[in-house]
Amino acid sequence: MTKNESWITDLGDGTHQVKTCVWSPPGDHPVGCGIVVTVKDNKIVKVEGDPDHPITHGRLCPRCIALDEVENHPDRIMHPMMRAREDRGKDAWKRISWDEAYDLIESRVREYWDNPGPQSILTFTGTGREITMYSAAYCHAIFNSPNYCMTLSGGACYGPRCTIANFQLGAGYPELDYAAYFPDRYDDPRWECPKYILVWGKNPIYSSPDGFFGHALVDLMKLGSKLIVVDPQLTWIAARADYHLHLRPGTDTALAMALCNVIIEEDLYDHDFVEKWCYGFKDFAECVKEWTPEKASEICWVDAEDIRGAARAFATNSPSSALWGLSIDTMTNGVQAGHTFLAVIALCGYLDIPGGITLARPASFTGKWRYETVNSVPADIQAKRIADSEGKYKCWDTAGPGPLPDVTLNWLESDNPPYPIKMSYWFGTNPLSCMAAQPKRWEAALNKLEFNVSQDIFMNPSIMALCDLVLPLSTSVEHEGIVMPHFGRNTHFLGAMNKAIEPEDSKSDVEIMLDLGRRLRPELWPWNTPAEFFTDQLHTAYSWGFEDLQEEVVHQQEFEYHKYETGKLRADGKPGFDTPTGLVELKSSIYPLFGEQALPYFQEPEYSPYSQPAEVVEEYPLVLTSGGRHIAMFHSEHRQIPSLRKMNPWPLVTIHPDAAAKYGIEDGDWVAIENPLGRCVQKANVRPTIDPRVVHAQHGWWFPEQTGEAPNLFGTYKSNINNLVPHESVGVTGYGAPYKNIICKIYKVDSLND
Amino acid sequence: MTKYAMLVDYKYCTGCHSCEVSCVKEKGLTGSEWGIKINEVGPAKFEDGAWEWDFIPTPSRRCDLCVGRIEEGKKPLCELHCLAACLKIVPVEEVSDTLAGKEEGKVAVFLP
Repeated sequence: MTKNESWITDLGDGTHQVKTCVWSPPGDHPVGCGIVVTVKDNKIVKVEGDPDHPITHGRLCPRCIALDEVENHPDRIMHPMMRAREDRGKDAWKRISWDEAYDLIESRVREYWDNPGPQSILTFTGTGREITMYSAAYCHAIFNSPNYCMTLSGGACYGPRCTIANFQLGAGYPELDYAAYFPDRYDDPRWECPKYILVWGKNPIYSSPDGFFGHALVDLMKLGSKLIVVDPQLTWIAARADYHLHLRPGTDTALAMALCNVIIEEDLYDHDFVEKWCYGFKDFAECVKEWTPEKASEICWVDAEDIRGAARAFATNSPSSALWGLSIDTMTNGVQAGHTFLAVIALCGYLDIPGGITLARPASFTGKWRYETVNSVPADIQAKRIADSEGKYKCWDTAGPGPLPDVTLNWLESDNPPYPIKMSYWFGTNPLSCMAAQPKRWEAALNKLEFNVSQDIFMNPSIMALCDLVLPLSTSVEHEGIVMPHFGRNTHFLGAMNKAIEPEDSKSDVEIMLDLGRRLRPELWPWNTPAEFFTDQLHTAYSWGFEDLQEEVVHQQEFEYHKYETGKLRADGKPGFDTPTGLVELKSSIYPLFGEQALPYFQEPEYSPYSQPAEVVEEYPLVLTSGGRHIAMFHSEHRQIPSLRKMNPWPLVTIHPDAAAKYGIEDGDWVAIENPLGRCVQKANVRPTIDPRVVHAQHGWWFPEQTGEAPNLFGTYKSNINNLVPHESVGVTGYGAPYKNIICKIYKVDSLND
Repeated sequence: MTKYAMLVDYKYCTGCHSCEVSCVKEKGLTGSEWGIKINEVGPAKFEDGAWEWDFIPTPSRRCDLCVGRIEEGKKPLCELHCLAACLKIVPVEEVSDTLAGKEEGKVAVFLP
């Protein structure tokens, strides 16, 4: 490696330092935290935060600080490995060369292209990782397939929120204004501190989701922001909130409609903004009229006066801001919850103002190399995209980038599908441990395919169960890349991922993409190196290229407020929002096209104490929620990293002391969590942070220290809360599934294996 | 020679564990040792209906406040990495003025 680049400092003692932004950290979400890696003999000596980074200012979470343990871990996949199909589930991997691996992929792809056709190749992508920017290009522009899949029921992560925002605001992801676009941040005279921040179904302190640096919330609390937190659990932020609305999981729409009810009935809304920039106010007001705080209180288990107080505090303190979380996506009723959440903000006029919610037009950089790559698939093959046989889910089929996961499973399970599926190619995903609802059904379905390939950093239960070929990925500090917070949908900066360590025999997602692209569809892949590729993509929006970004490390983007007044939110340059009506749609002009209602409505979760027959509720009396984060782990990652596992050694189910006493459970006991769909075992975490009628179970658990071979598969089914999550309990649009709002019973057992 | 102390605005400590892991790495500590450890107090609801729930990092006798780093013009790693930016190593003479200037409570001073 040359050491004369500006981002590399030779310390003169045999070590050098590399300044970079990580895709925070290997795996995880694009926060782009700034790190300085000290390297000696191609090994990490130390990871430190970069004090010059405009967002993180040197601050790091333990996942980056323990990067050396990821880098040097004995369980990493070090070389391409293959095994015979009949050896699936066995640790019978054989090391092969990259050329052999590529030859194998190429021969299979060409075979399936000929018969039965490119649509028989599926790609499966995980969540949030660097590959998110490129996986669609793999599917469309390399494999020539329209079947860009994932295993997450209802696509219940980020996609629903982005779609709702696109339909109703005509914009990319709406984000809390934490002055992230400004080099001098909170000192910038354009910025104002939000008076209240409404944090809905989200605990950003421990997850830094989608590119939002979570501890910015603490920065803002120090500057005077007060909090309103909507969460069934007492989180750190909830304990410090002026209002903690600890709702019954899955009742968010009812709560949001009650907030709108108070804001409208008490005449607290921003008349000027609503009259000029909102569509359908009268009908929306009529729709929420019946949703008094008292009515919502009965459904949500939240005190009516707290609802009233929170609505008044939020609406009468301009500017205020809001964050919406995964809970919006993980509900059958999620489109309506997201719709109403955006209405709360719009009614108060907090969109695109200092200290409110930032809006942006999605960047061209990402458009070109994500979903627009579908244009490289011939129309007759595009038309073969997996879809529901009865034409349900028109909304998803129109707006979604690939098949609805639930429909994909139906197709794979079918004995007589319209055409057979032969091959799947996975990126950074461990579906049996994390994403898939009813994971054993997915295992059986994917096992029917002839050829499964994955590329990843570590071996995981899903690869062990199902793959025939695995390619080793390099980590964040072993390759060149670009990190884009919010995946280009509201991107306050572009960060350079500068290479600090020369990988042994692993490659990045982009390197593999270019290699396979040149082999399979060379006409679409003119680039020889990732740097050439990045520079060409950057040139679609900027005059500078990748090497300039490497020098700069972080490039903050320009930002303007009030873009709806200046025409900078719409493709045609006219004032307003980029929606069919040109306005924020309180009443949607799009949903009815897809058989969904134009106005929000509350729907009980399919498995709730109020929707199931009395005998079922008696047997399964508790509401089960899941997915709350621990800072040591990102979804199913990091279970094998000693410093991180030590902080959260076992899967935990949080139970209120009263409930624990009722069921004879003590803190630390092994507990079975069971409902009509499935069962798993976790360790009791008895705390007063949750309603006695609700339990919370951690997700994504497997045990890298256990036997990997089938049937144990690193114990992936033992603690998997998704065993209890239904298949295809999705919204009318296809978006949203109840990962966080089902029912269960709990009882003490003797061990994890019990 | 300047004498230093650790000042923690534990009102804002989120229990993120970054100080713990940073210290283990910086000092090369083994699994059973620590230089700083997060303690949790609560959560409990007081009679006024509000929650009391704090995380308080406490340095061990392995902590030398990274005076070496400070003298090189760098922040100690626990301070640099602290996500809530609530932990600082300061000269002891500054402690009383800093405490007098605090408008809010929940501040701890350690001299490990």
